[in-house]
This record gives sequence, C-alpha cells and structure tokens, in this order.
Amino acid sequence: MFKLFKRNRRTTSEYIFDNVNIMIMLFVCAITLYPIWYVVVNSLNDGVDAMRGGIYWWPREFTIENYKAVFQTQGILTSFGVTIAKTVIGTLTHVFFTAMVAYAISRRDLYGRKLYMMIGIITMFFSGGLIPYFLLIRDIGLFDNFLVYIIPTLFNFFHLIILVSFFRELPASLEEAAKIDGANDFMIFIKVIIPLSMPVIATIALFQGVYQWNDYFAGVIFVNNPDLQPIQTYLYKIVAESSSNQMITAAGTVTSKTVTSQSIKLATMVVTTLPIMLVYPFLQKYFVKGMLIGSVKG
Amino acid sequence: MEVKVQRSVEQQDSGTIREKPTKKEKYKKIKKTIISQKYLQVMALLGVVWMFVFNYIPMYGLIIAFKEYSVIKTISEAPWVGLMQFKEFLQDDNFWIVLKNTLGISLIKLLIGFPLPIIFALLLNELTSLKLKKAVQTISYLPHFISWVVLGGILTTWLADIGVINDILLGLGVISERTNFLAEPDNFWTIIILSDIWKELGWSAIIYLAAIAGVSTELYESATIDGANRFQKMWYITLPSIRPTITILFILAVSGVLNSNFDQILILRNSLNESASNVIDIYVYQMGIQNARYSYATAVGLLKAIIAFILLLSANKITKKLSGTSLF
Repeated sequence: MFKLFKRNRRTTSEYIFDNVNIMIMLFVCAITLYPIWYVVVNSLNDGVDAMRGGIYWWPREFTIENYKAVFQTQGILTSFGVTIAKTVIGTLTHVFFTAMVAYAISRRDLYGRKLYMMIGIITMFFSGGLIPYFLLIRDIGLFDNFLVYIIPTLFNFFHLIILVSFFRELPASLEEAAKIDGANDFMIFIKVIIPLSMPVIATIALFQGVYQWNDYFAGVIFVNNPDLQPIQTYLYKIVAESSSNQMITAAGTVTSKTVTSQSIKLATMVVTTLPIMLVYPFLQKYFVKGMLIGSVKG
Repeated sequence: MEVKVQRSVEQQDSGTIREKPTKKEKYKKIKKTIISQKYLQVMALLGVVWMFVFNYIPMYGLIIAFKEYSVIKTISEAPWVGLMQFKEFLQDDNFWIVLKNTLGISLIKLLIGFPLPIIFALLLNELTSLKLKKAVQTISYLPHFISWVVLGGILTTWLADIGVINDILLGLGVISERTNFLAEPDNFWTIIILSDIWKELGWSAIIYLAAIAGVSTELYESATIDGANRFQKMWYITLPSIRPTITILFILAVSGVLNSNFDQILILRNSLNESASNVIDIYVYQMGIQNARYSYATAVGLLKAIIAFILLLSANKITKKLSGTSLF
C-alpha cells in the first residue's frame, strides 16, 4: 500500500496533509511521553530543591538519593516482594490453567463441549457484581491470604477464547502422532501443545502479567495485613488517602534531608512502572495479534 | 465411531434391524466416550468448577438484593424484603447525583473518546514512513501499561496548586490564580475524560488498525486506476471497510455507559470533588464495602446490570436494523 502511494506523485494537498499528519503524530507522541519524562526527571532531583518547582526538562540538582530511600524503606521493599511474587506465580498458574481448559474445549471430540462453552459464555454477559463477589471471597477464607491474588484470577474466559482459536489452527497430525506413541491427552497438552503455542501464551502472559502487576483493588478490599500489600496498593494509599506523612516518617529514619515524601513517591512510581515499560515493546507483535483474535471471536 | 460400525455389523448378522439405539445403548456409548477421554474431561471440568465457584455462586448471591442480609446470618437465613432495597435507592437523594455523574461522564466519553481512536488509526495508517508508524504505535501503547495508581500519582502532582498545569495556564493567562484542580467538582469530568483518552487512545486504536490492515489492497489499486486520491480512498474504501468493527465496538460502548472506570475514579476522587465523582460503581463500593450495607449495595449493582443488559440488547437491535452488523 505504501509503495503504491509512493509511486504516484503526491498532489499539493496530499503533500500538506502528509506533513500536517506527521506533526499531529509527533504531537501525540510528545503529549504521551512528556508526563512520564517529567516524573523521571523529578525523581532524579533533590527532593527539597524540587519543592521550588520548575523542573521540566532536566534535573536541577541531580541525585539518586530518592531511589536509595525507596530501596531502604522496609514497607516498600515488602510490597515489591508481594507484587513480584503475585505477578510471577499468578501469571504462570493463570496461563497454565486457562490454557489447559482451553485445550480440552478446543478439541472437537470432547463430549459436552457445547455445554461447557455455554457455561462460559453466560459468564461474559452476567455476573454477580462486586458485593456478592466480595462476600464469596470472605466466606471461602481468602481474606488476608496471599492466595486471593492467585485463585480468583486463575481463569479468564476471554483468554480462553483467544487460546481456543489458536489451538484450533494447530495441525492435528502432531497430536495423533503423540497418541500413537501412547501419550494421554494431558501429556499431549504439556509436551506438544504448549511448545507449539508460545506466541499465544506470550500474549496471554503479557495481559495477565500487566493485570497482576497493576491491580491495586484486591489489595485494597481483601487485604489488611501490610505485609501482603502489593506495591500498587501501597501507592494507592499514598496517592488517594494522602497519607504521605506516614511515608516521611518511614523514610525519614534512613535518609538524609534531601528526600521528601513527594520525591520518594515519584521514585516509587518510576520503579513500579519500569519493568513493564522494558518488557512490552518486545511483546508488541504478540499482543496486537491477541487483541485481534479476541475482538473477532469475542 | 468404532462402536457404531461394530453395532451395524452385529445388527446385520442377527437380522434384527433397529432404526435408533435404545436409551441404554446411548448411555453406554456416552459413558465409553467419556472414559476414553477422561483426561480431557477432567481438564475441562476444572474450568467449569472454577466458573461455578467464582462466577455462578456470586450470581446466586444476587438474591441478597431481595433480602436484608447482615453478617450475623447466612444468605439463606436472611429475611426476604422484596423490592425494598430497590425502592430505597430510587428514593435516595444520591440516586440522581449518581445517575447524573455516571451518564454524564460516559456520554461525553462516548462522544469524544469513541471517535478519537478511529481518527487516530486512520491518520496513523496514512503515515508514509513505516519506521515512524511503528515508533508512533509503540509510544502510543505505552500509557495503557501504566497503572491507574501511577497515573493518579502523576495527575495529583500535575493538578496540584503548585503543579505543571497551573504553571502552564498561568503562563498562558487562562487563569489568574493557582487552584488545586482535583479539589473542585467543576473540573472533575474533564480530568477523567482527558486522562482516559491519554491512557487508552493508542491501545483502543489497535483493533481499528488491525481491521484496516485486513482491507484488500486490490480495492485500493483499482481505486488508484480510477483516479481516486488518498482522501477519497480513506473515505470510500477504508472507512466503509472497517464499519463492522466500529459497529461492534459501538454496541459494546453503549452497553457500557453505566460502567465508569472504577480504578480511575477511585484514585482521583476525594471528599471535595464528591458531587461530581460519585458514580454508580463508587456508590456500590462505598455503601457495600465501606458501610457494610450488603443488600442495598447489591440491589444498586443489580439494577445497574439489568439496565446495562437492556441497553446492550437495544443497541444490538438498532445497529442490526441500521447497518446489518450486530454482536449476536
């Protein structure tokens, strides 16, 4: 398509359009990136100095004290630990469990397949809503329990649809070959299907990983124990409940006079966001595909 | 398959021809199939059990909307109260506030936030440099991966009276004195809508970009031969080709007008902007979880879900009539 346009000489109006379009796109990029840049720059500036404001493009008094303070504050470290644990365990178990169910349902010979699909489709349109869900979690003893991050997120029917449509495209001959070798369906799933499905598994892992990393609500309503609080919940409490004072006292014991609650907050925000920023560009081609399948089938 | 063949052979041998297998035979056959695929059945049923617990038990839990449930009793022990909870909500002063905020935010989002990703995708597609296109895409997806908590942190910093937004507006002479924007209800909707666009513009465009990529190049080629310019191609080929995608996303958007972005509003609301930030989802959270009025909050949530479902069906029906495309 692009070559096609290039072969033709552009008219004046097209020439103007192209340049205006490039400018619009650069503007969108600038608006997107600048707030992030602002946070990074301010987090690298002396906290007390930053209170004067006016740091827009570059740190005025460069320092990494804020980051030191982040990694020396016990509450923050514990919360990072919880977030890493819930993201790794939660994503691996989610992908494995959802893919396992999806593989069974993708098999056309599965007895009761239509019924199982129907049970799932109903959940896409109807749900109990927040309160009955809250009561369920309370009644099954997941309050103040690390498993509240894992078990209720083990399965997702939208992800199942993406996985099923991928599994359907796989050549059946490989499964049959494994069957002749005496493998049962579960072993086929482990040894044949999973290795062949890495692109779609990467997509689902990215979706779920981002969800696990970014979710703060479960930590707000189901968890009181600060040792089980993920970093996003920790940040939520600082941002929404403006309990910044708590942060100063926590950090005050370990740092010099250059760090403020605001500067630690910004540094924590950067550390919280960085891992995802580093990962997603490499998975881009996978999740674009995943979004497409999800939208077509959903 | 094997079973069937065997039986037909037997039937021919014995000379008794039966049209249909008896119930017993059918049952036997099913049993055999299930046993032969026991691993698959267990794998699928684990998912069904999960859905039963985490989707269907909460659906059963909806009956507390018609009861007066409290912590000391179980759901089945709680006394029935009929539609009392619903009536209470409809008569509450908060009903109109909550409805106004929910619909107000959603409708403006629909009006501005819905077409923008389409325009963005169309413009992105017109970029002649593939490298630039790729770079813009990658950058525009970035905010989607930032959590609402972190974005909330950025916004509270920027919108504070010593923040960047005040600096800019003062510099431009739009305002004459510094204000904390999040402390004023008047600004809340604007903040919610703009920050949502900032976060999701690029991500929402993915689906449209994929749809555009699927348009046959032959259409463009023949249009070129016919002398169509790029704007004509955009208008007469690209846009009509992605209309089904637009329609389906529109149906979903309409059925979601009673949803607000809970994560977003929860982090940006405070007691000062309450009159503009109290939406249905936040109200359910406050009443149900913070005030432990479980039955009342469930009733509010259920009412919302029922209206949303009716909206979905109507939007689906209307678009089916108008454009022939529908969700189901």
